Amino acid sequence: MIEVCNLNKSFGNKQVLKDISAVFENGKTNLIIGRSGSGKTVLMKSIIGLHQVDCGEILYDSRDLTKMRFRDIKELRKEVGMLFQGSALFDSLTVFENVMFPLEMFSSMTKKDMMERADFCINRVNLTEAKNKYPSEISGGMQKRAAIARSISLNPKYLFCDEPNSGLDPQTSLVIDHLIKEITEEFDITTIINTHDMNSVMGIGDNIIFIHEGRKEWQGSKNDIFSCENKNLNDFVFASDLYKKIKNVNNDF
Amino acid sequence: MQWLKTVGQYFILIKTVFTKPDRWRMFFRQLPKEMESLGVNSLGIVIIISIFIGAIMTIQTKLNTENPLLPRYSTGLVTRDTLLLEFSSTIMCLILAGKVGSNIASEIGTMRITEQIDALEIMGVNSANYLILPKILAFVILMPFLVIFSMGVGLLGGYFVAAFTDVITVSDYVYGIQYAFIPYYVTYAIVKSLVFAFIITSVAAFYGYYAYGGALEVGKASTKAVVNSSILILLFNLILTNLMLV
Repeated sequence: MIEVCNLNKSFGNKQVLKDISAVFENGKTNLIIGRSGSGKTVLMKSIIGLHQVDCGEILYDSRDLTKMRFRDIKELRKEVGMLFQGSALFDSLTVFENVMFPLEMFSSMTKKDMMERADFCINRVNLTEAKNKYPSEISGGMQKRAAIARSISLNPKYLFCDEPNSGLDPQTSLVIDHLIKEITEEFDITTIINTHDMNSVMGIGDNIIFIHEGRKEWQGSKNDIFSCENKNLNDFVFASDLYKKIKNVNNDF
Repeated sequence: MQWLKTVGQYFILIKTVFTKPDRWRMFFRQLPKEMESLGVNSLGIVIIISIFIGAIMTIQTKLNTENPLLPRYSTGLVTRDTLLLEFSSTIMCLILAGKVGSNIASEIGTMRITEQIDALEIMGVNSANYLILPKILAFVILMPFLVIFSMGVGLLGGYFVAAFTDVITVSDYVYGIQYAFIPYYVTYAIVKSLVFAFIITSVAAFYGYYAYGGALEVGKASTKAVVNSSILILLFNLILTNLMLV
């Protein structure tokens, strides 16, 4: 479980995160949603420790990241997996080598065990046929799956996904969403997903946090969204005609 | 005061680079790859440039020293000393600053803007150490060999002029390149090349590592890397020459 308490972050005079407190539960897909520039990426990067916060606490199962020494943060990061918006696979390595990379860097397994683990992760994301290909030789969706395989190779306790569906078609997005949800439940990971995608929100949003202008305005599950009265959330979620119609149908019932 | 901030940032990066690698095995896997990519793959350009410069230098020296008072072997001697003292160590490094420097800056810069460096950091890897240290060491190790190779090929270029033209006789040229040879010049060239190799790789890596934005920024980082490492090479050339030869 990850807990953030009274998180504040500024860049110069501009305060980007304003007193944010939230709980991200394990075994659930926790979504951070909000408009572009609302501060959700800064929130995610602050939780990971890529940004130093001005004040507040970030608790990884009661271990406060803001009070950790650099060495301890490095150790903690071995428990963290991250799926980047652009996949961030290493260009010079094949899919298999990408998945092997964290294992070779940090695990004390034998070479054979590492290869078995890498094969397991690649099979888990259904990418066996592309394991010897380079990132430039596979599609965007396959790259995302390869990045998921790499991020779970060290059995992480925490998984961060920064806009996992950006640049993907709706069908592939669905595959990625379900894969993340399955992995989260299967390995009991605390997963935090940063997204704009309403299909993801409605499909896998176990715990949703809505950020507006740096403040947490709402927290709940995908089922609570329809009954929520928050204007900013409604404007954001039901911006499209399709979702307006869905809401109307839902209200009629 | 921006330059002072840049210098400080450079030294902070260098401090991060020169730490114990997270995994020696991974470091020793990267090192030969970098030696091949930065050093061995530069052999082609070293051969082409050195052979032509050696040949041209021989012709120009001969044409510009047409004086009966000068001994006939002086052309070979001047060619040799120019190659040893300046061309193979300094000019060759300036050329390699363009090739190797832009290669390193664009590679690391691209990794930065495509979040590959962030991915390394989140895994808990010291990205600066993992990416930059093998490059610096690989180039510093191979540079003296490239310089000595360049000297040899440059002298061969001069020999070809002697062998295939009427500018100078082979015997005069061969006598000249052996006459009054000072081995310390080779030491001087090697010391300079070690310093220049460090400058080329570390400055290029610095600009690549701190590239932010898009493809345009990577291009700018690459240009800055080449320009600034060239200026530093010239500056350190002056300092080292003063220290070692004066």
